[in-house]
Amino acid sequence: MSGKTEKLTFKDITSPLTNGIINNNATFRLVLGTCPTLAITTSASNGIGMGLSVLFVLVCANAIVSLLRNVIPRKVRIPAYILIIATFSTIVEMVVRAFLPDLYDKLGLFLPLIVVNCILLARVESFASLNRVIPSIMDGIGIGLGFTFSITLMGIFREFLGAGSFFGIPINPIITAELPMTFFILPAGGFMVYGLLMVVFNSVVDKIQKFLDNRRQVNSGAKSIKGRISLAETETQGGK
Amino acid sequence: MPYWLYLVIGGIFINNFVLSRFLGICPFLGVSKKTETALGMGLAVIFVMGMTSIITFGLNLLLKELNIEYLQTIVFILVIAALIQLIEIVIKRFAPSLYTSLGVYLPLITTNCAVLGVAIMNVTELATQNIFTSFVNGISSGIGFTLALLIMAGIREKLEYSEIPERFKGFPITLITASIMAMAFTAFAGLSF
Repeated sequence: MSGKTEKLTFKDITSPLTNGIINNNATFRLVLGTCPTLAITTSASNGIGMGLSVLFVLVCANAIVSLLRNVIPRKVRIPAYILIIATFSTIVEMVVRAFLPDLYDKLGLFLPLIVVNCILLARVESFASLNRVIPSIMDGIGIGLGFTFSITLMGIFREFLGAGSFFGIPINPIITAELPMTFFILPAGGFMVYGLLMVVFNSVVDKIQKFLDNRRQVNSGAKSIKGRISLAETETQGGK
Repeated sequence: MPYWLYLVIGGIFINNFVLSRFLGICPFLGVSKKTETALGMGLAVIFVMGMTSIITFGLNLLLKELNIEYLQTIVFILVIAALIQLIEIVIKRFAPSLYTSLGVYLPLITTNCAVLGVAIMNVTELATQNIFTSFVNGISSGIGFTLALLIMAGIREKLEYSEIPERFKGFPITLITASIMAMAFTAFAGLSF
């Protein structure tokens, strides 16, 4: 709000995008929007459909809320946000029903339930209501892409193990349609895959983060002896 | 067997809201650290779901009459938000002791997808749709939610004292516990009649 006169820097625009995909990954980091994540990931194509629907609603809602952030009174902000979100989710519902009836049948109840998906309310409340329009839109795209990526990943795992196919194409020689590993399609398998993927995702991201930090220190520290000492310190700490 | 009894058993065990329909996972993961808070949240949800089922059923008749069913989602979520505010005010005025135990959870229920989920289910999925079956479905789904929440809270209280690998602490171990619970609840599918 204070930044009306300030110009947007390149970083202001790109950092919400990358943050949304990795550091603030809705599914694995923030653990938001878990209901659709578990319910519709029985196949990879469902994941993409759901992810893109949420992406659209999130970008639109973020943009509108950001535009209206100085107009909406603080006390009635939650109903106002819900109304804005509900409008866009109804649009998505009607569009999917008209043009992608197969997807509409598969997503079923969870398409109208985008309204109460906590990702939307959380981002609108914690980002869009405090930031300018373009960063809010970028945040919407970032979070939306991160969500799409993670639920599609979950869908790929569950579909491969449960039905032996990849986006509907049978590729798994052991598990076929005649001999499915039903556990992974059942609710229990959903919880299990989600828990394990969360562990793997967070470990990998932390490892990469540590590697990048170390390399940054090498680059900046090589110029001075002091830097080399701090580098040695981090290396011994890493050794622990 | 009467249809309402089928709805009760189905809602609590066979189609448990949390473990088989995946509705209301956020509070299931978030508010299941202590049995007391879990019970408070559960009771609030049962209450709100019962009330919502009745009111949204009536509203849906009105929407059908006016031929504007596509507004269903918007109307339902607004009614739920308003209803929760109203319940909060009424409870605060007339039952302060109940308010102190439920108060914190009431606003959270607005974004609990189980409530909107049951409202939409009542008007799309039930075989016989009248105000009584809607109410029964709402209440029994709420009881099913509370049951899952309570079991989870009990397990998590014990988990506090066990040694869990560093990476699995928090959400991952909770999800894996939920997976095992869901496996147990899958057995109720044999009850379907």
